[in-house]
Amino acid sequence: MKTQNILIVGVGGQGVVLASNLLAEAALAAGYDVKKTDTLGMAQRGGSVVSHLRFGEQVASPLIPAGGADVLIAFEKLEAIRWGHFLKTDGAAVVNDLAMPPLSVTLGSDVYPCDAEIVAALERFTPEVHLVPGTAAASRLGNAKMVNTVLLGYASKFLPIEAEKLASTIEAGLPPKLRQPNLVAFETGRSMYLR
Amino acid sequence: MERLLLSGNEAIALGACHAGLKLAAAYPGTPSTEILEAIAKFPGIYSEWSSNEAVAVEVALGASYTGVRAMACMKHVGLNVAADAFMAASTTGVRGGLLIVAADDPGIHSSQNEQDSRNYARLGKVPCLEPSDSQEAYDFARTAFQLSEEFDTPVLLRPTTRVCHSKSVVIPSPKLEPARTPEFRHEPGKLVMLPGAARERWHKVLERWEKLAAYTETSALNRVVEGSAELGIVASGIGYQYAREVFPNASFLKLGMTHPLPGRLLRDFAGRVKTLLVIEELEDFIEQSLRSQGIAALGKEIFPRTGEFSPDIIRDSAVKAGIISNAPAKSLPAAGLARRPPLLCPGCPHSGVFFTLSSLGHRSTLPGKKPRTPKMTICGDIGCYTLGAYQPLGVIDTCGCMGAGISQAAGMAKAGAAEKPLAVIGDSTFMHSGINSLLNAVYNQAKICVLILDNGTTAMTGHQGHPGSGVAATGQPAPRVIIEELVRGAGVRNASVVDAFDLKAVRAELRRAMASSELEVIIVRGDCPTLTRKRGRPRVISTEKCDDCGACLLIGCSAIKKSESGGIIVDPGVCVGEYCTLCQQICPKEAISESIGVAA
Repeated sequence: MKTQNILIVGVGGQGVVLASNLLAEAALAAGYDVKKTDTLGMAQRGGSVVSHLRFGEQVASPLIPAGGADVLIAFEKLEAIRWGHFLKTDGAAVVNDLAMPPLSVTLGSDVYPCDAEIVAALERFTPEVHLVPGTAAASRLGNAKMVNTVLLGYASKFLPIEAEKLASTIEAGLPPKLRQPNLVAFETGRSMYLR
Repeated sequence: MERLLLSGNEAIALGACHAGLKLAAAYPGTPSTEILEAIAKFPGIYSEWSSNEAVAVEVALGASYTGVRAMACMKHVGLNVAADAFMAASTTGVRGGLLIVAADDPGIHSSQNEQDSRNYARLGKVPCLEPSDSQEAYDFARTAFQLSEEFDTPVLLRPTTRVCHSKSVVIPSPKLEPARTPEFRHEPGKLVMLPGAARERWHKVLERWEKLAAYTETSALNRVVEGSAELGIVASGIGYQYAREVFPNASFLKLGMTHPLPGRLLRDFAGRVKTLLVIEELEDFIEQSLRSQGIAALGKEIFPRTGEFSPDIIRDSAVKAGIISNAPAKSLPAAGLARRPPLLCPGCPHSGVFFTLSSLGHRSTLPGKKPRTPKMTICGDIGCYTLGAYQPLGVIDTCGCMGAGISQAAGMAKAGAAEKPLAVIGDSTFMHSGINSLLNAVYNQAKICVLILDNGTTAMTGHQGHPGSGVAATGQPAPRVIIEELVRGAGVRNASVVDAFDLKAVRAELRRAMASSELEVIIVRGDCPTLTRKRGRPRVISTEKCDDCGACLLIGCSAIKKSESGGIIVDPGVCVGEYCTLCQQICPKEAISESIGVAA
């Protein structure tokens, strides 16, 4: 198998690192060589967070080259376009339909793009752009924080790891009381995928 | 076969543990912090957050003198603080293996510079190991202890941010040995560096150096990966991994030990390839050594000497230099996007005092109004509160290194600055080195105003303990140094404590201290909200009373934002409510209140 490149992006506090850790453990359990890397440090304070995950026969660099991501999972829309240029021309963008305007937008010195602009910006790189109402779905399930799992469920349609393996890794990586709700969230994400 | 997915930092911790580590000391600093955090979870190893990096190296060196294996961890700039102790360790040598980890930060993800720590290895004539992934981080940490004892030297392990914060597969080796029993042997000629003994020891250091130079020629730390004779690449650290992606057919001399360098191995390798490249992040450390031996190589004239490398950067540089021609079409990032800089968290105790400084110091302006000329000189320091430099607060005028703010303010006052300078420092940084500067300010009668922002933890790096926190590295309770007692004990006559969330008190105290002609210390106390995780009832803005003046936006609180219809709202998902209430206190229309009974 060619090395798979998954880029997960979002805003500090959204659980980007946890989501990529879960995917990485699933890839490890599937027997692949795995490398992943996160931007940490200052980014924890509400900054932009990006996590690179690569797996395959043998992986050298933990960083994905621009234009090299098979899947981009974005927990926030502005972050999706910030990292859109990492998408392959046949890659898939799975974008949570959530806007978290930066302070500069609140203060009026910047503008937050509208949905049409966001989709158009991503379609410059790939036709496979999915704007997913993940936060709304997670809220309906009773916990907006499970948006990560909903998105992972949706994105699993593009990943060469069996859904059962992903689900069992999510289960193993979470505290007991969060397991069942997250499995439901994962399945919800999977069922939201419609072509 | 056990396969673990570990970060570089976790791998260093596990490798050291499996090498029979007995003691670890560190001061937190990105990207090194998680090493000690991981070690603190292993049973049977003593771990501590030391008050600063020099102390950490001294504690580890003391342990080494008793024959046990010890380590000290820090970020690159921490090694500046620890430089004296590092040189002392080099001079006396060790008993038990001594590993010093200095994690470099190419690209300055979370630092004040990107200095290359390998220069300290050269200065101290100490071996330097550079891992390129977690497996090497694990292996090299183990090897470092053997090298340390065999050559009677501390060993410098230099990972970089990308190695520290990348996870990759580690296959652990069997545990080497259990931790030894400590036993100190009296040997003044080795351990008491009076000039006579020190002169002798430096000869020993030079002899050690010769032996290390011979060792590195045949060490398994350096290895050749055979490939095409057209292109040979000498690489170290994460640069090696990137180079393998970009030049899959090249020959490689992969250096795990970059100081001392294997001269003969390098010459042999250079002689077997047509073009020789050196790929190393930051300085031309390896390249310079090649040059000094008369070996022609292409390095920093092609690849950048600042910033973090990536496969893209290496490929672009090689294409530009004509080394490779098949460049794929490049994807460019979207232009003009709103930036997302890091912010103080909702409920941060620094927000109120910074808002007050901002208003007293004419730093922020309501949206649409003309900016004013700033008043007050505010010397900053290193921690979360450095983020006060960003708009809309804009209240940090200097920030260079740990503990510097108080001394800089003193220098400004002594130089004759017209306005009383003010220094802002966090509790952990104050314990680290700010206390030294305060002692100096007392002794030399500097008329400055010092704000110690006490949130009870080392917040920026993820809530590590310090002498004023009451928490040990293991999470157990620890004795607590009371900052106001320490300050008064240091001879400060005017020291006060104010509640960080009482804006009236903060403003009154600041005004008083700035008007006084004495040295004034104000301890602004309030818990870090991401440590306590206390969540109260969120505030709500009455749409009837709010006239959109924007005053609340000037706190820079990320819970306060514009709604889609244009009005200002408080995000109930992140507001900490009654544990903060800053916005409520400053709203001129009294439009902000507790959410109970108010229609949102």
